[in-house]
Amino acid sequence: MASETEQDKHCFHCGLPVPPGLDLQVVIDQQPQPMCCKGCQAVAQAIVDGGMENYYRYRTETSHTVRDLVPEVLRQMEVYDREEVQKSFVRQSDGHLREASLILEGIDCAACVWLNEQHIRAQSGVHEAQVNYSTHRARVVWDDRKTKLSDILKSISEIGYIAHPYDPSKHHQLLEKQRKDYLKRLGLAGALGMQVMMFAIAMYSGSWWGMEPQYRTFMQWVSFLLTLPVFLYSGWPFYHAAWRDLRHKRAGMDVPISLGIGIAFAGSVFTMMGLGEHVYFDSVVMFIFFLLTARYLELVARKKASEHTEALIQSQATVAIREQQGNVTEVVAAQELEPGDIVQVKPGETLPSDGEVIDGSSSVDESLISGESRPCAKHTGDKVIGGSINIDSPLRIRVTKSGQETVLSTILRLVERAQSEKPAIARLADRVASHFVVAILLLAAAVASYWFFHDPGQWLPITIAVLVVTCPCALSLATPAAITAATGTLIRDGLLCSRGHALETLAKVSHFVFDKTGTLTDGRLTIKQIKNLSEEFDEEGCLLRAASLESRSEHPVARAFLDLNSGDLLAVTEIISTPGAGITGTVESKRLFLGSSAYIHQNTGLALSAAQQNSLNNGTRVLLADDSQLLAVFVLQDTIRDKAESLINSLHRCNVQTFLYSGDDETAVSIVADQLHISEYQSSMLPADKLHHLRQLQQSGASVAMLGDGVNDAPVLAGADVSIAMGEGARYAAAAADMVLFRNDLNILYRGMTVARKMMRIIRQNLGWALAYNITALPLAAIGLIQPWMAALGMSASSLIVVANAMRLTK
Amino acid sequence: MEIIYFLIPIALVLVAGIVAGLFWAVKSGQFDDMEGPAHQILMDEEVYPEKKTDKNKADKQKQQKK
Repeated sequence: MASETEQDKHCFHCGLPVPPGLDLQVVIDQQPQPMCCKGCQAVAQAIVDGGMENYYRYRTETSHTVRDLVPEVLRQMEVYDREEVQKSFVRQSDGHLREASLILEGIDCAACVWLNEQHIRAQSGVHEAQVNYSTHRARVVWDDRKTKLSDILKSISEIGYIAHPYDPSKHHQLLEKQRKDYLKRLGLAGALGMQVMMFAIAMYSGSWWGMEPQYRTFMQWVSFLLTLPVFLYSGWPFYHAAWRDLRHKRAGMDVPISLGIGIAFAGSVFTMMGLGEHVYFDSVVMFIFFLLTARYLELVARKKASEHTEALIQSQATVAIREQQGNVTEVVAAQELEPGDIVQVKPGETLPSDGEVIDGSSSVDESLISGESRPCAKHTGDKVIGGSINIDSPLRIRVTKSGQETVLSTILRLVERAQSEKPAIARLADRVASHFVVAILLLAAAVASYWFFHDPGQWLPITIAVLVVTCPCALSLATPAAITAATGTLIRDGLLCSRGHALETLAKVSHFVFDKTGTLTDGRLTIKQIKNLSEEFDEEGCLLRAASLESRSEHPVARAFLDLNSGDLLAVTEIISTPGAGITGTVESKRLFLGSSAYIHQNTGLALSAAQQNSLNNGTRVLLADDSQLLAVFVLQDTIRDKAESLINSLHRCNVQTFLYSGDDETAVSIVADQLHISEYQSSMLPADKLHHLRQLQQSGASVAMLGDGVNDAPVLAGADVSIAMGEGARYAAAAADMVLFRNDLNILYRGMTVARKMMRIIRQNLGWALAYNITALPLAAIGLIQPWMAALGMSASSLIVVANAMRLTK
Repeated sequence: MEIIYFLIPIALVLVAGIVAGLFWAVKSGQFDDMEGPAHQILMDEEVYPEKKTDKNKADKQKQQKK
């Protein structure tokens, strides 16, 4: 029983289950609370010690699991103190005050913002700290004599967030400037538009009940004055884009919009000169206001996506290990690298700059840069591209291009790619609309010439009614309104769509492929069983030796040993590690081997007997041996994420087939697959195998979604129809993916899929409605049955219905 | 009804004021963070007001000395 209640315990800080046998606590609000690992404990303690327990009261999301910040990462932060590195992102104001912008990772709710602001402000030497909740960026002003930037960054990592300075790129500034510009145009259209509407209502009732002509003329003049700035200033983006389209001989949406606005405005001016009966100023401002709103929302969604992508990319590749004379290395910022420098790149790291391999051979993933999804083998003398990822073994590289150039170009390439795409359905709507518009223009011309010859007094009002009533307003709002509403809702839930086509593709996915470690499972291995196989050491002794061997490794297996071990680590010499297999070293003058069965067999010739094998639990087995005998076997297991099972069940219910592709061995994979009812799984797969299987699925006509987390998944992610990366996984994988899952809750994926499907339904409804409305209203307007006020009302109503329909997605 | 010749210009002046206010607000960054402030008012501004002011005072004194 006791073990069961222990299993139910969840970490108070991050919400993950507490591994059995672990007893870590922090007193929060006079209440001892369980913690799942030393990282979470340290962070929670720092928050409590800082007097910021309020954070736990106000937060609406559980915090991120604290990744142990290896001392190396902390040391890397000191790079940011260098004068030459600071040049690119630190502004010096009067005297010793310095100001920098930081990207904060791990911000989930408003309480995080509060916590960070309080904590940074409490550091000595910090003068100002502001966190922007929408963009997850902070502005910090500090006194250079009292504190250093790296100290501020380290203090942020104490409370479990990661901060890194960034250089607000030109691209970002441009988008922000554009947003503010749109906001002004939109505000002007709204404020003046309301006035124009007011006079329009007065004039409508005037034409119903009668109105003295001098008042009508006065109101027309006032409306004209109010509309003029809206027409000229707020409408400018449309004319500008329309002119650009015309010059390139294309017919986009902006051409008909500009024409519609222009004709309605000109018609109203003609009326005021005594050539017609009605003014359409209200329609003009409404057109502009609605269309600008749609554009503004689109821009904001795009900006948000680019901010996330940029944050993901900026956080990586900022430091490099540079060799100096002799055997000394130093950590420098990638921007500092000069051609001719020699850098070392460990497996799993990103290449800081373009260069040439001078030592070592490895495979390198260039999928982000070249789109080639297979890893390429690189040997001495081969050229490598900055931003690609080193997969297998360490490389020494001679830099051929300065770091500054490489970093900037990588960022630009990725952000631009993320934004250049428009969903297919939006392109379709644009195309339909432009055909539609050409047809309307021809028709309006025909109607105008007919009435001109048959009833010259009627031709202008009728032509304008035709143009107003068929304004492609609703048609052009239909798709962006729905997409913006859907992406907005999902970002709030923790699923970011960084590519245009992501949601549309997700809606029609038929197969879902999962990676195992870090995706369906939380990627933290824990030791479930220790079995002593010799008389030499007791269980604790074996554990201590295993932990000592693994003490310098960052592999998840190593963390499992280090987490459970409580004794003081022993000194290890002559370490040789074979990535993915095992490690050997000398402990207390005894040669020890730790690794998979295959590794042990290869090195010592020893193996587990069948009886021993059967007595063990299921899981990943790690053996400890010396030259002559097996000492112990450890069984490690990965915990399946809370919501994994319900996600798989939901997917099965909506007829999506699920697959599990993993690089792990057969037993480990089959346990997870069985527990989650995934009938089709493959084990011991290399990234290339995964990709191969995925391609086969696609060739059989499937539309495949892939969920993965690691660097080794990057090629497979790139190959899938729609790829989703875990936000806590490798950064570059996340930057390459179509969507990023930011919360620890797999069910959000299912929600993403339902929202995507609903979005497609709503887009179809919207397009259908807009077309149907236009097609019915057109003949009525053409034969002169539609009064101008009806046309204006119809135009507005059809747009409002489309927007309201899209808003259903935000629920 | 002649009154509208007086009232409507007043309305126009007010609208001009509103638009000017809006442009100022956009320019001075009032719209930079549309979500954060809504949550922030729910939280206590300072945890340890004394500590903060002490620090500020200390800062100021130091600056004055220099």
